[in-house]
Amino acid sequence: MNYLADVGALARKDLLLELRARDTLPAMLLFVVSALVVFHFVLPAGSSDLAATGLLWVALLFTALLGLSRAFAAEREQGVIDGLVLAPSDRSAIWLGKALSILAFLALAELIALPAFALFFRHIDGTLIGGVALADVGIAAVGTLLAAMAAASRARELLLPLLFLPLAIPIVVGGVGASVADDPARYLGLLGLYDALFAIICWASFEYVVTE
Amino acid sequence: MIRARALEKRYGDKRILRGIELDVGADDFLLVTGPNGSGKTTLLRLCAGLAAPTRGDFELGVSRGRIGYVAHEPLVYRELTALENLDLYGRLYRISERRERIGMLLERFGLWDARHERVASYSRGMLQRLALCRAFLHEPDLLLLDEPYSGLDGEGALVLDRELTERAPRTAFVVATHEPERLRRHATDLLALA
Repeated sequence: MNYLADVGALARKDLLLELRARDTLPAMLLFVVSALVVFHFVLPAGSSDLAATGLLWVALLFTALLGLSRAFAAEREQGVIDGLVLAPSDRSAIWLGKALSILAFLALAELIALPAFALFFRHIDGTLIGGVALADVGIAAVGTLLAAMAAASRARELLLPLLFLPLAIPIVVGGVGASVADDPARYLGLLGLYDALFAIICWASFEYVVTE
Repeated sequence: MIRARALEKRYGDKRILRGIELDVGADDFLLVTGPNGSGKTTLLRLCAGLAAPTRGDFELGVSRGRIGYVAHEPLVYRELTALENLDLYGRLYRISERRERIGMLLERFGLWDARHERVASYSRGMLQRLALCRAFLHEPDLLLLDEPYSGLDGEGALVLDRELTERAPRTAFVVATHEPERLRRHATDLLALA
């Protein structure tokens, strides 16, 4: 129960910080809508739904990257990460609290992005929404760990995409597959497996990322 | 509480600390002095468990939840108020009667009236007072203070003097400072880094 209370306190703090500073979510919203508008004009008339769906995933992935690049900004700028690491709570609670807040930001961005995609390109169905939801879990899990690693580095703006994008390839494969394949269950299963596997790895390894 | 033998710390090729010998007991007050770049902050980070030694033996006989740490930075969120910051730490440290304790510390350090203001609007001295509140919040057994008087005005320094006098008999201290005179009366040991 203490663990969940710690996670809740840390996630609540992140949401409160965003409510006050508004430096992540508005940027994500603007980016994803702008990207979809640009893609709308990039795709030639009569292009297939498959191409449009692929571009949706590109937009979502880079929107997530934008949010992740700001994930540990407050902790880095104020050195707060040392204070959190010194607290007696399990250090993985820092990861889980941050991952939950990133998940919330992604969900809010997609609340705007998916209707915009439906407006510009094609209708969205339950499978696409399911794929996006499962992808968000994986993005938040892996992205939070990598954002913490990158935050400790001087070359953080370069390091995060270099680490995150290769690890996000299975998410893109699963997400696009779930959105367009005749048998989406296989791809949704892949996303679920990725989420479970990487959530465990990230949960267990976060302590080593934030300590020397 | 802290025991170090032939402690060495390097960052890459740069040697920060070398041949450090430490014995800090439960009610000892170790004063660490030295010029800029001599490794005072690094030593405190080692004592806090925030950094690992490169070589040598190092034993920390206290759990991290019993350590209070004042660093160069206040380790608080600028967009939260003093009350929200301390409440977050109070929850993570599972402090019973958290609100009463936070209120008492804020009043003692003269921050009660500014408790609902965002920390971003605080002066350097107010930030240092808040950092001290954060470090004292959970009644730690080991206090690691890096230039604790930095930024404090006369009144703030007097409050800190009182806190140190009150806590010194029952708390272990490792204090890094450029001005050892003010703390010499508490000190049981002195480590001068070159």
